[in-house]
Amino acid sequence: MTTVTQEAGAPFGAAPPSGGVSGDEAIVTQGLTKQFRGGQIAVDALDLAVPRGSVFGFLGPNGSGKTTTIRMLLGLVSPTSGAYSVLGLPQARALPKVGALVEGPAFYPYLSGEANLMRFDAADPTAPRASARRRIAESLERVGLSAAAGKRYRNYSLGMRQRLAIAAALLGPRELLILDEPTNGLDPQGTREVRALVKEIAADGTTVFVSSHLLAEVEQMCTHAAIMRTGKLVAQGTIASLNGGLVARVRVETPDTADAARVLGTLGLADVRPAGGEVTAELGGHAPETINAALVGEGVAVRGLAVVRPSLEDVFVGLTGEGFDVDG
Amino acid sequence: MSTAESATATEQGRRTPGLVPVAETMRTAQRHAPESSPPAERPASTGPARAFWRLLGSELGLTFRRPRNLVMLGVLAAVPVIIGVALRAFGSGEEGMGGIIQAVAGNSLMLTFVSFSFLVLLLMPVAVSVVGGDSIAGEAGAGTLRYLLAAPAGRTRLLVVKYLNAAVYGYAVTAVVALSALVTGLLLFPTGPVTLLSGTTISMGEGLVRIAISVGYIGTAMAALAAVALALSTFTEVSIGAIAATMVLLIVCQVLRAIPELSSITPYLLPTKFTNFDAVLRSPIDFRALGDGLLAFGAYIGLFGSIAWARFSGKDITS
Repeated sequence: MTTVTQEAGAPFGAAPPSGGVSGDEAIVTQGLTKQFRGGQIAVDALDLAVPRGSVFGFLGPNGSGKTTTIRMLLGLVSPTSGAYSVLGLPQARALPKVGALVEGPAFYPYLSGEANLMRFDAADPTAPRASARRRIAESLERVGLSAAAGKRYRNYSLGMRQRLAIAAALLGPRELLILDEPTNGLDPQGTREVRALVKEIAADGTTVFVSSHLLAEVEQMCTHAAIMRTGKLVAQGTIASLNGGLVARVRVETPDTADAARVLGTLGLADVRPAGGEVTAELGGHAPETINAALVGEGVAVRGLAVVRPSLEDVFVGLTGEGFDVDG
Repeated sequence: MSTAESATATEQGRRTPGLVPVAETMRTAQRHAPESSPPAERPASTGPARAFWRLLGSELGLTFRRPRNLVMLGVLAAVPVIIGVALRAFGSGEEGMGGIIQAVAGNSLMLTFVSFSFLVLLLMPVAVSVVGGDSIAGEAGAGTLRYLLAAPAGRTRLLVVKYLNAAVYGYAVTAVVALSALVTGLLLFPTGPVTLLSGTTISMGEGLVRIAISVGYIGTAMAALAAVALALSTFTEVSIGAIAATMVLLIVCQVLRAIPELSSITPYLLPTKFTNFDAVLRSPIDFRALGDGLLAFGAYIGLFGSIAWARFSGKDITS
């Protein structure tokens, strides 16, 4: 990983939504703010635009306001100020088309997995009772829980509970899926399964809004992302545009740092920085092989040469000047 | 397979409003009977009323299958049996028994009223408080409330369902006590005309009618208490807190009733009206006392129902 000198400041990436709602967005928020009674501002003037059909990663360290935002979108918490729109519909008509997983699974421990899904299906006034059994069987099969359908929830493992929660989110035909930390508590195998499931759901045209504090996870499965920090939006846009804000750097390992730095400078590379045993510079439009050839041609002993592309973590560090809290 | 199906479902849902496919307009124009289109998931087939009954059914199913609630019903059913057996075993030999015990020993139907007077001030309210106090707080504590509301169950709709459920449990508690007392009474004590508190005698059939009236009255009393428990339940995420608060409120009422200096507020306290069911033991039935009680219950349901709604409809669900 490379150190980034980008100054913390103006967010880059796509611009926040500018007034008009085009109808192409699954979720739009404008100046969405939540201040809890204690005075703590959980979400601060959030302008979010989630395009339909995208897999949207909602990123931020723990406590950055992701879950509060999701709770507002689902009508569980009322905003202090600002507006939001889900699927461009009034809340009561939008929510039946939204499947949600909020802050981990919660079910009735004394009921079986199947009976639990029946309970939540009964709560949805638009869900037809006639097809309930079929839809429940289908969503249980989709998450691989068919065999445990009759087992009491109390006896489910952590991974099974998480999968049951995803099954509940898939009970009806959904246009939007909101998944809050869907891989929390899952083993690597379970994490891979969830990722595959998200891709499969997105392939059907469903918009997936997935919050996570794991940057690498979002990079792997999302097309778009927004980054939160202490309740404020730091950046949003496509993954490519977010990464594109930071440039790739070339790193040369060499004992002759001074010579290497000079060569890189004459090649026209910007921001050349020699440091003990290595030199780094912005790659720009240069091909790594020509850089290598030039270095060798000038007699610089090249021990290693690598191109370091910025990750979302670098983006975050670059924007906030802080490390991303990865524990929890 | 499931993928393909849900894909078509999404397609149907996304049809541009106002645009009707040509095939469909032709079908209507030709006035043909529609080809047997599959009666697939039409949202229209689920009316709001049907959906409401479905949710209420689900709620009642949870309440009446939950072991805890069944155990409470069982305990309440056992009390009349214990009273009956005790009166039968020890009542006859001793001299100087109280009037009510004599009345039971003399007639099977009286056991129902005696059981009510033993249970209506404490044990039955406990059972109703548990179900009512647990209703919102229990879901909040378990985290299932957020999923019910995101489903979306609708706040007012869920609250009404929760209240009806607790009220039904209140009536069930009353009915179970009456039924158990009736069966025990018929097995252990002589049947025949019933002598009332006022000394008048009525037929057995009329006695049963009066039991039915008292069941309706006490059931409504329990429904009023359920409204109090429901209101307290919207203030906490710990169901035991709401249950305990309801119980404390009841006990405070009993204490206040026992203080003669406070007799002016006694008529406004809920438990004061609980024991009004003995109006059916007068001759003729004291309908005025019953009416007074029912009016008070209605007022309590209205007041605490409003408190519950005001609190719950705007509450931030953070559990």
